[in-house]
Amino acid sequence: MGGTESTRAGRSLTWLRPLVFLVLLVVVWDLAIRVFRIPPYQVPAPEDVVITLWREWPMLLREAWPTTVATLWGFFLSAAFGIPVAMLIAGSKTVESYIYPLLVFSQSIPKIAIAPLLVVWFGFGMLPKVLSAFMLGFFPVVVSAVQGFKSVEPDMMDLVRSMEASRWQIFRMVSLPHALPAIFSGLKISITLAVVGAVVGEFVGSNSGIGFLLQRSIGNFELPTMFAALIVLAMIGVILFWLLDVVERMAIPWHASQRQDLIIAA
Amino acid sequence: MTLNSAPMTTSAAPAATEAAARPVIEIKGVAKTYRTRDGDVPSLRPLDFTINDGEFVVVVGPSGCGKSTLLKMVAGLLPPSEGEIHIEGRVVTRPQRNVGIVFQSPLLLPWRSVLDNVMMPVEVKKLPRKEYGLRAMALLKMVGLIGFEKKYPWQLSGGMQQRAAICRALVHDPKIVLLDEPFGALDAMTRERMNVELQRIHRETGKTALLITHSIPEAVFLADRILVMTERPGAIAAVYDVPLKRPRTIDMMADPVFVALTQTVRKHFNVEGEIH
Repeated sequence: MGGTESTRAGRSLTWLRPLVFLVLLVVVWDLAIRVFRIPPYQVPAPEDVVITLWREWPMLLREAWPTTVATLWGFFLSAAFGIPVAMLIAGSKTVESYIYPLLVFSQSIPKIAIAPLLVVWFGFGMLPKVLSAFMLGFFPVVVSAVQGFKSVEPDMMDLVRSMEASRWQIFRMVSLPHALPAIFSGLKISITLAVVGAVVGEFVGSNSGIGFLLQRSIGNFELPTMFAALIVLAMIGVILFWLLDVVERMAIPWHASQRQDLIIAA
Repeated sequence: MTLNSAPMTTSAAPAATEAAARPVIEIKGVAKTYRTRDGDVPSLRPLDFTINDGEFVVVVGPSGCGKSTLLKMVAGLLPPSEGEIHIEGRVVTRPQRNVGIVFQSPLLLPWRSVLDNVMMPVEVKKLPRKEYGLRAMALLKMVGLIGFEKKYPWQLSGGMQQRAAICRALVHDPKIVLLDEPFGALDAMTRERMNVELQRIHRETGKTALLITHSIPEAVFLADRILVMTERPGAIAAVYDVPLKRPRTIDMMADPVFVALTQTVRKHFNVEGEIH
C-alpha cells in the first residue's frame, strides 16, 4: 500500500510545519520591532537573542542543569506517589470519599503562594524546587490515572472474575494495562507542569537554575538574556516531553493513538 | 471430560445428547431482587429448570427481563436473592472452574495477541501452558483463525473477534459455556454464519450451552430447548423442544417446522410485550 512512504513523508511534515510557523513568528516579531520602533529594553530584537544564546550557551547550559534535575525529581515523585494514590482512590469508594475532595480542594491553592513557605521550611537548595515541581506535577497524574483505572468495562471485570482471577491478577492483567494510556497522558501534562514548578521554586529561593537566571536578567534589564533563558526553558520542556513520548510508544504500542498502518482487512 | 483431559482435537467426542440425560445445571427456585435507593426492584421471579449434559438451551425474552441476570447468577458472578443454583451437584457461590463465558462484546484485551487472549483463562488458572497452548491452537483452527493467532484483536473484524472470544471461553475445557447475546453486535449475514459455526463447535466439543438472545430465529436454529421468558420481573412463560434434526442448515430456516416454531415463540411477545 506504500504505507511506509506516506508515513515517512507525514513525519517530516510534522517537523516542518511548526518550524515554518516558528520562522514566520520570528519574522513578525522582527518586523513589529522595526515598524513600531519598540525600544530594546522592552522587547529585544530576535538577532540579539540569538547572539546571546550563542555567546552565553555554556552559562545557559550550566543553569539549565539544576532546573532539569529538579523537574525530573519532581516528576518522578509525582509518578511514584500519584499512581498508587490513584489506585487507592479507584479501588476503594471509602478512600475516594476521604481523599478526592481534599485533593481537588488543594488544587485551588495557588502553588506560587506556597513556594516561599517551602523555602522557609527547607532552605535554599534542591529540595524546595523539587517539592514545588512535585506539587504541580502530582495532580494531573492522579486525575488521569483514576480515570484510567475506573474506565474498565464492567463486562470485562465480569469476564476476568468468571475466570476465577484474584484481585492482584485482575489488576496486573487488566486494570493496569488498561489504565496506561490515561496514565501516560497524565504524565505528559505532569512533566510540563513540573518544569513550571521547578522554575517557580527557583524564583522564590534559589541562586542557580533557569528560574534564578530569569529573575536576575529581568532585574538587570538584560532582556536578550531573559529571552534566551526562556528559549532554553522551552527546550527543556520539549525534550522531556519528547522523551516521555518515546517511552509511551514503547510501553503501549497497541493503543489506538500509536497504531499506524497495521490494520488489515479481514 | 475432566479439566486434565488431553488437549482436544477437532475430531473430539460428538455431542452427548443421546446419552442418558444427566443434569449439569439445576436452577432451584432462583429469584433475584435488586436493592436500590428507591426500594426493591424484582428482576426475576422464582425459576426452576434443569439443563442436561451436552444440551443447548436458549433463553429468549424481551429487554430487561432478567436474562443476563440469570446468566450471571449461573456463572457465580451474582448471588441469587432466593433459591440455589447447582452445577454438577454443587451449589454455586462463586465463579466456577467449569464454566466459560462469551459476552455480547468480544472483550479482547488490545495489548494481547489473539493467542494470548485465548490463553487468558489458562494463565489466570495457572494451568500447564504447553498443553493448553496446543489446545488453544486447535480451537483457533476449528474457528478458522489459524494464521491470525499473532495478530492483535483490533486488526480483526468483529466476527473474527467474537470467534476468538468463543475460543477463550473453551480453552480451559469447561463443561459449560454461557453465551450472553454473543452475536448481538454483528451484522445479519455474519450473524447467520456465526450461528452455523457455533452449532458446529457445540457438536464437536459436546459442551453444555446456555445462550441468551433477542433473536427468535437464532434461538430456534441453535436450541435443543427454548425457554421463553416474560417481561420484568422475568419468569418462564413456556418451554419448547426444537424437533429439528442436526446439523441444521440455513436452508432449514424455511422449513415449515422451523417457521411454525418461530411463529409460536413470537406469539408470546405479541401478548407479553415487545421483542425485536
